[in-house]
Amino acid sequence: MWDSVVVKMLVENTFVTLYMTLVSTIFAYLLGLPMGIILVVTAKDGLRPNKVIYKILDIIVNVVRSVPFLILLILVIPLTRAIVGKAYGPTATIVPLVLAAAPFIARMVESSLLEVDKGVIEAAQSMGASLWTIIVKVMLGEARTSLTVGATIVLGTVLGYSAMAGAVGGGGLGDIAIQYGYYRYQADIMWVTVILLVLLVQVMQFAGTKLSKKLDKRIR
Amino acid sequence: MEPIIQIKNVTKTFVGKDNQVEALKGISLDIERGDIYGIIGMSGAGKSTLVRCLNFLERPTTGTVLVEGKDLSAMSEKELRKTRTGIAMIFQHFNLLMQRSVLDNVCFPMEIVGVKKADARKRALELLRIVGLEEKARSYPAQLSGGQKQRVAIARALANNPGILLCDEATSALDPTTTKSILQLLQQINRDFGITIVIITHEMAVVQEICSRVAIIDNGELAESGTVEEVFTSPQTAAAKRLVFMVNPQAKEMQSKRCIRIVFSENSSFEPVIANMVLECKTPVNILMADTKDIGGIAHGQMILQLPEDEAAASKMIHYLRERKLTVEEVDSYVG
Repeated sequence: MWDSVVVKMLVENTFVTLYMTLVSTIFAYLLGLPMGIILVVTAKDGLRPNKVIYKILDIIVNVVRSVPFLILLILVIPLTRAIVGKAYGPTATIVPLVLAAAPFIARMVESSLLEVDKGVIEAAQSMGASLWTIIVKVMLGEARTSLTVGATIVLGTVLGYSAMAGAVGGGGLGDIAIQYGYYRYQADIMWVTVILLVLLVQVMQFAGTKLSKKLDKRIR
Repeated sequence: MEPIIQIKNVTKTFVGKDNQVEALKGISLDIERGDIYGIIGMSGAGKSTLVRCLNFLERPTTGTVLVEGKDLSAMSEKELRKTRTGIAMIFQHFNLLMQRSVLDNVCFPMEIVGVKKADARKRALELLRIVGLEEKARSYPAQLSGGQKQRVAIARALANNPGILLCDEATSALDPTTTKSILQLLQQINRDFGITIVIITHEMAVVQEICSRVAIIDNGELAESGTVEEVFTSPQTAAAKRLVFMVNPQAKEMQSKRCIRIVFSENSSFEPVIANMVLECKTPVNILMADTKDIGGIAHGQMILQLPEDEAAASKMIHYLRERKLTVEEVDSYVG
């Protein structure tokens, strides 16, 4: 059974999984990064405290984060159809992946930015820096190591979610694992997909850790 | 000439969940152009809040702050930011960008005002030369000592040619030798660039070392202000005395016996005044506290002596000291 067809399928779906993970993560950051920034800036001791905006965002993040991914996947099918045109396949899976990952990213970004030394922000204020400059050059710049570590965790989580989407025909390695391992009792193929998933996470983790170390100028 | 900073009846109240803290209770103060002005007080006295009112990092609850004659509270956010580029600040914990090189840290304020990158780098190198850290341009703050970090912070503060430099406990995290070198650097900056410097500190020694005028803040109020000479030689208020005498547990005991405080300001370091006095009067004295140092051959500082019980000998000693142009005062009226 280990013919070229199976090997080809595994290779292809490894790339499908990578595609879903990377594209979803990028889109999710486009949503989650600003959300995280706004959470920090509008918080009570933030640079522009705003109770209403903070509370609304905080609730959205909490609500979405508390819906299990598998259920979110089914809940948003109408939205997925409206955006992608169909509710199955790798590209369609990106929609719920983005929705699930964005609030998670918002929290990761929030906690990274809160680690930035308040004194450095105060120093920038004393120099006459604008809010935008402080966010981009001080907060994001100083938190870059922590943000990179966060992004690595996000990638791993999104990869896991994407495999879960395989249960409803999402495509990728998770799909294969369920199709062959669960429906056809071909445990060997399932094990290979699991090993491939583990390897993917390992590579991402390795690269993420390496990059964050390289970016960090605080320890030498 | 008009004072560069005018603080008029400034109050600041912090509202907590179920309490209010009055950090500043109506402070008025003028700071003249070109001065090195010390603001001293115990921790919690409100001096850090006061200095933050000078660039509106803290907005006063009431009262006005005029910088170069302009009212900060009347400014728009944008005008305020522009004004702040002319009021530099350095901090106790340096507050450098840890992920940027020394050179890029010094460039940062210039990025804010939009100086061209090449020009900024050139100026930054020049500033690093002034603070003596040219060869560290490519290093990162984590690789520097505390004193070096503060030098970088000073170079950064000078980047946009400010008229005022605020120092918030800038030497409090440094050892005495480093403190001295940083103070000398500040003095040099004041002299060479005519920058008005405001120094917030809890150490009288810092004020004595470089300030020309001093204000004493106690419990949110201005206790006393004047030239360092005046305040140091004859402190009027309890708060001032506490800071000048550096209160210690023996204070009570000193109160009960006949003690004098002598201030050295113009005597030669080479003359053993106390020893000569003892030889002359043939009676010993007890040195309760001594804090003097040699600055360019002149003795500076103070001593508290416990005089002999014998009235005649004691008067003779006081007379002897006054003859040598020392400021002598009895400190039995001293309250701790």
